[in-house]
Amino acid sequence: MIFAFDIVILVFLVIAAIISLSVKDLLSASMIFGIYGFLICLLWAEMGAVDVAFTEASVGAGISAVLLVATVYNTKRKSSD
Amino acid sequence: MLSKVFATIAVVITGGILLYGVSDFPGFGDPHSPANAGVPGQASISQYFITESYGDTKVPNIVTSVLADYRGYDTMFETVVIFAAGMAIFAILRVVGDDSERKPRRKQESSFTNGDHSRIIIGTTCRLLVPVIQLFALYVIAHGHHSPGGGFQGGVILAASFIIIALAENLNSALKRLSETNYLKIACIGILIYAGFGVMCQVLESDFLDYGVLQPILMTDGPEMARSHSMLGVEIGVAFTVTAIMFAIYANLSSRGLLRDGL
Repeated sequence: MIFAFDIVILVFLVIAAIISLSVKDLLSASMIFGIYGFLICLLWAEMGAVDVAFTEASVGAGISAVLLVATVYNTKRKSSD
Repeated sequence: MLSKVFATIAVVITGGILLYGVSDFPGFGDPHSPANAGVPGQASISQYFITESYGDTKVPNIVTSVLADYRGYDTMFETVVIFAAGMAIFAILRVVGDDSERKPRRKQESSFTNGDHSRIIIGTTCRLLVPVIQLFALYVIAHGHHSPGGGFQGGVILAASFIIIALAENLNSALKRLSETNYLKIACIGILIYAGFGVMCQVLESDFLDYGVLQPILMTDGPEMARSHSMLGVEIGVAFTVTAIMFAIYANLSSRGLLRDGL
């Protein structure tokens, strides 16, 4: 566990979370959500939980981003609030 | 506007309480925390898994041996939860029979060789990638008890290979390879494999999912190797269900339940 690496990942994690909540374009929001999942995967891999990191990389950063994009394609592109 | 102010206040208060709670946690990797050292007077369960799980199951990856053997009942119902999620999406979205009311957003005119050059490049690249992805997925499933991985991850990667076909060409060419009847069958077969291992143990007069008694059927050296092999079988069952359900969710979401055209 490297402290400086942890801080960098956590800062980017918070930035990605805030951006994906605040951006109006839902397609970019779902892509940034994928980045968020990948950063969590990095955090877990760095803490030594490799199995969890693998699951997060495949499910959180991979499939769920694709499912969100597929859903956005079938609804409105812009967020209304 | 007022509701947003209230929501912000609620989020800040909840976050503050959570941060206050975290400050009471033991440090990361603290050897004296209850999870690692156990309650005074009682042996720690983490220590038991670290020292004994290889002797019990002959599986080097402790996480897999805990997930698929010590907590096998738990993992079985995780698979059932995924199955139920897929069935719920199927029940909500899928349009069977007269589908004239729900029109697809855009007419999908291009198959992958109609002179649309970017589509040819993407289609060919993905066709080259898909066998590699599927081989890697099978490796992750089959090697799940020796290295990180297992049924869930391998199943998701296998489903991703079908989704890549659907993205690069269109949904129909992916459905030609894994049709709706087939993926629904595969989803059910996966859970039946998992539960079948449990019932087989009961038939041999032991507890549900107590794989050690399967030794005469699997013809292994001892009950430990029978546990290792049964874990592989169980992971394959999980991978069946996860592959089928992930692809089913994608197919239904991307085509509004019509299962044609899609993205």
